[in-house]
Amino acid sequence: MSARAPVLNVNDLRVGFVTEGGRLQAVDGVSFDLAPGEVLAIVGESGSGKSVTAQSIIGLTRSPNSRIEGSVKLHDEELLDLSEGALQKVRGARIAMVFQDPMTSLNPVYRVGDQIVEAVRAHRRTSDGDARALAIEMLDSVGIPNPELRVNSYPHELSGGQRQRAMIAMALALEPEVLIADEPTTALDVTIQAQILDLLKRLNRERNLATVLITHDLGVVAEVADRVLVMYAGRVVEQGSLDEIFYDPQHPYTWGLLGSLARIDQARTQRLPQIRGVPPSLVGLPAGCSFRPRCPHSFDRCVHMPDLAARADREAGHLDRCWLEPERKRELREVEGRIGLEEPA
Amino acid sequence: MATELQPAPVDAPHDGAPAGRSPWRLAFARLRQNRVALAFLALFVLIVVFCLAAPLWSTHVAETGPNDTHTLEKITVNGEKKDVVTPDGQPIGPVWFKAGGKFFLGADGRLGRDEMVRLMYGGRTSLFISLAAALVTTLLSIVLGLMAGYYRGWIDAVIARGLDIIWAFPVLLLGIALGTALAVGGLQIGPISISGTSIWIPTLIIGVVYVPYMARPLRGEVLALREKEFVEAAVAQGAGPLRVMFGELLPNLWSTIIVFFTLNIANNMLLESALSFLGAGVQAPNSSWGTMISTGFELIQSAPLLTILPGAMILLTVLSLNVFGDGLRDALDPKSRLRLEVEAHSGLIEPEGPAI
Amino acid sequence: MGRFIVRRVAGMIFVLFAISVIVFLIFNVIPNSDPAQRMAGKNATPQLVASINKDWGFEDPLPQQYLTTMKKIVTGELISYSNQLNVNEQISKGLPATFSLSIGAALIWMFFGVVFGYLSAIRAGGVTDRLLTVVAIVGISMPVFVLAAVFLKYLAYDTGIFPSGGYVKLTEDPLEWVYHLILPWITLAIIYVGFYSRVLRSNMLDAMSGDYVRTARAKGLSERQVMRRHVLRNSLIPIVTLFGLDFGAVVFGGAILTEAIFSLNGVGDYAYQSTINLDLPPIMAVTLFGAFFVVLFNALVDIAYAYLDPRVRLGESAQ
Repeated sequence: MSARAPVLNVNDLRVGFVTEGGRLQAVDGVSFDLAPGEVLAIVGESGSGKSVTAQSIIGLTRSPNSRIEGSVKLHDEELLDLSEGALQKVRGARIAMVFQDPMTSLNPVYRVGDQIVEAVRAHRRTSDGDARALAIEMLDSVGIPNPELRVNSYPHELSGGQRQRAMIAMALALEPEVLIADEPTTALDVTIQAQILDLLKRLNRERNLATVLITHDLGVVAEVADRVLVMYAGRVVEQGSLDEIFYDPQHPYTWGLLGSLARIDQARTQRLPQIRGVPPSLVGLPAGCSFRPRCPHSFDRCVHMPDLAARADREAGHLDRCWLEPERKRELREVEGRIGLEEPA
Repeated sequence: MATELQPAPVDAPHDGAPAGRSPWRLAFARLRQNRVALAFLALFVLIVVFCLAAPLWSTHVAETGPNDTHTLEKITVNGEKKDVVTPDGQPIGPVWFKAGGKFFLGADGRLGRDEMVRLMYGGRTSLFISLAAALVTTLLSIVLGLMAGYYRGWIDAVIARGLDIIWAFPVLLLGIALGTALAVGGLQIGPISISGTSIWIPTLIIGVVYVPYMARPLRGEVLALREKEFVEAAVAQGAGPLRVMFGELLPNLWSTIIVFFTLNIANNMLLESALSFLGAGVQAPNSSWGTMISTGFELIQSAPLLTILPGAMILLTVLSLNVFGDGLRDALDPKSRLRLEVEAHSGLIEPEGPAI
Repeated sequence: MGRFIVRRVAGMIFVLFAISVIVFLIFNVIPNSDPAQRMAGKNATPQLVASINKDWGFEDPLPQQYLTTMKKIVTGELISYSNQLNVNEQISKGLPATFSLSIGAALIWMFFGVVFGYLSAIRAGGVTDRLLTVVAIVGISMPVFVLAAVFLKYLAYDTGIFPSGGYVKLTEDPLEWVYHLILPWITLAIIYVGFYSRVLRSNMLDAMSGDYVRTARAKGLSERQVMRRHVLRNSLIPIVTLFGLDFGAVVFGGAILTEAIFSLNGVGDYAYQSTINLDLPPIMAVTLFGAFFVVLFNALVDIAYAYLDPRVRLGESAQ
């Protein structure tokens, strides 16, 4: 962990919703720090709570049906206690967010430039002309060609990749300290994905921009992340540095995710391994470890929920939520010469 | 503040999937919780029963028929003898039970007919036409919608165009045009000849006029469903057009159809009363609530009840159908119900994230 | 944009033609009685019927009959055999009243519809919302002519607050013009206010759960800014189309009933009188012109919609 003070400190964040089916705990005790300039990836399947975590940081999940507890601090300021008006000043200006589908995330009836100008003028007293100049500059900095023309385009006139760049431009116009990107590449073609990730990396370096990247795709994680948080059923099941997660993963779920990645050195006819079963419904979760129903290595201790801790003598920052002994883990995770999640023979 | 989730017993199904309930059971359960909708359904049923009781009332209580005139007669009210219709044409007002139930709601104008009896019989006509027309509309819409959506191509082009053209006519105007033209001559469909004064004429007119409003949405749904895999699968198994249309596509349309049908009855009642009021709907000697308003309006100043009573009946019937229809729609489409519960701060995120 | 307009117009011409064919079929072909007898109306004498037969060419083949009929209507030769009045002239005389009624009511219901719909949406589930929903449902369930009759009786005849009918020309006396139209305007507007407020409410609630609204909030816009600039703006667009459809239907639909009750001497009133007397030529003309108006007006609305929603306008050049 970095010695510098973290930009963002999330401590035991819990987010619950009241729905027709019952009480649903989407996020159940998530904690992490984000150091200045660091890229933190939050990985998980749909329903893991990763998006809700991200959106709760800037209070987008506040509603009469939601219960948010815990602490989210931007430097030393507690965000969860802020009034809606005070939180609006933080959104966009100090913490900015980019979403998954730029086609639906941008208002189709307003020009792209106008939407950026709107963001700028919501926080600063600038003239329309200055704001537009800034918009053009931002579009340029994210690599959109002919920004002076594109600033007057409607979202549907841009390609998917350009739309996402425009969203990023809008998010960074006010030079926030933190960027939260919620599945920024999922809705894009694979080739465009690479470009957007390069852009995010560049922006992270150039502006020392602390980034929280939400994704389900470990390939994306490998490209950009410094640290990784793996989530399952609303909880963190493993967190550590990029190398730790990829080369010394400690939780069976992580093994499963790594094992299901397609690899170039794999024979084409080999079946792609999957984690059997489906992610659980968050209403009425069974007791004990949430991953137990799908874990081939579960044993009797697993009826008790493991705590998130650094086991054995490893880096203090590498935590996991699994009762298995470290040596057992090292044995079990090797499947046919690579990391994976399979039934014990 | 936060309540702890009760852990499920260890031997419960592990994978955490909720127990399955069919969409119909879910909808029925939701509907049962909607007290308002059910109350209005009860109101509608009450109105229907009221009208169906017409022969009973007319025979045993009022002792008169809907078309029997009593202009020169007198009735005994609380011992006093009163004119049913005064010499200057003023009909008697509501008598309630003071004459044993005769002229319960008074007389209906110069002709001195029993308003209560007419209200009940008129209601039968209005309700019959509204319901029968709704059936006509629904049947035609299902057939046209299925054919257009399933066959696509030129069949769809012709049907869609045809629907668009009928749809271009304002409903009331088209009703008036057909109503007046057919009132004089009647209609001949093949071997069946319908007289101009039959109530089947307004029934068919109203039935046909509303077809585009149901057929177009159904066609849209069929076109969308057509692309889905289960249709492809059925075709691959060798199912012919009829099997696919009625076996695969139609079952998915029922919830839309039921809601439209209910709301259509309400619209039909409004159209029928408007047409009858204007003289292009129900023709003499038949009467409906609409025709009653037409004759009642002549005496609006001296006997407003003659207009207000049938008008109120129409309002209550249409209202109850609209409220119940809304309730049905909410029960069958959960998303619209969720909207009602989410306040302006719509921060509720779906538990399911984007599909991977 | 030009190409869009041209295609729209071409489609429209086909529809207008089809409408004229249908009107012809309705009045001259479908009914099961002698057409000349029908046209003659109430004062039918054998001589009249015979002369109508010749004049309209009912012995000719159908396509010929169609042309004759259409020619009569369009060139203003059509007369009503019940009162010998020229139909097109009567229609022209009635237009000012009809449009005064329709446009005035439309402005009222659009204004209140948007206001009530907006309030209902931002306070969804609250007391205001429930109350407005009740008003809306009662409004769309109410037969307009009954409401008109009740207003006429209690607000005009009995209390004299409003005049009991009749139309005063705008050019003659603007104040009287308004005075005579207030009650009809309110009657017609009540029916539609409810419906429009519910549609706007529904559109807004849909928009509120949309992704771009989430982005707007994430940018730090105040709730009010989000509602006005993003939710309301996007929600109003479908209302424009809906209004286009309804307005045409109102002018030759709901307005007829209101004109009848308030004796406004408009086209609707003329249609009403003709209907009571089963006088077909005027009804035929009003039906044809009415449908034409709806089609034309819808085309205009479509073009306006294309202007408002850039996706439609630029649809052909996307990506």
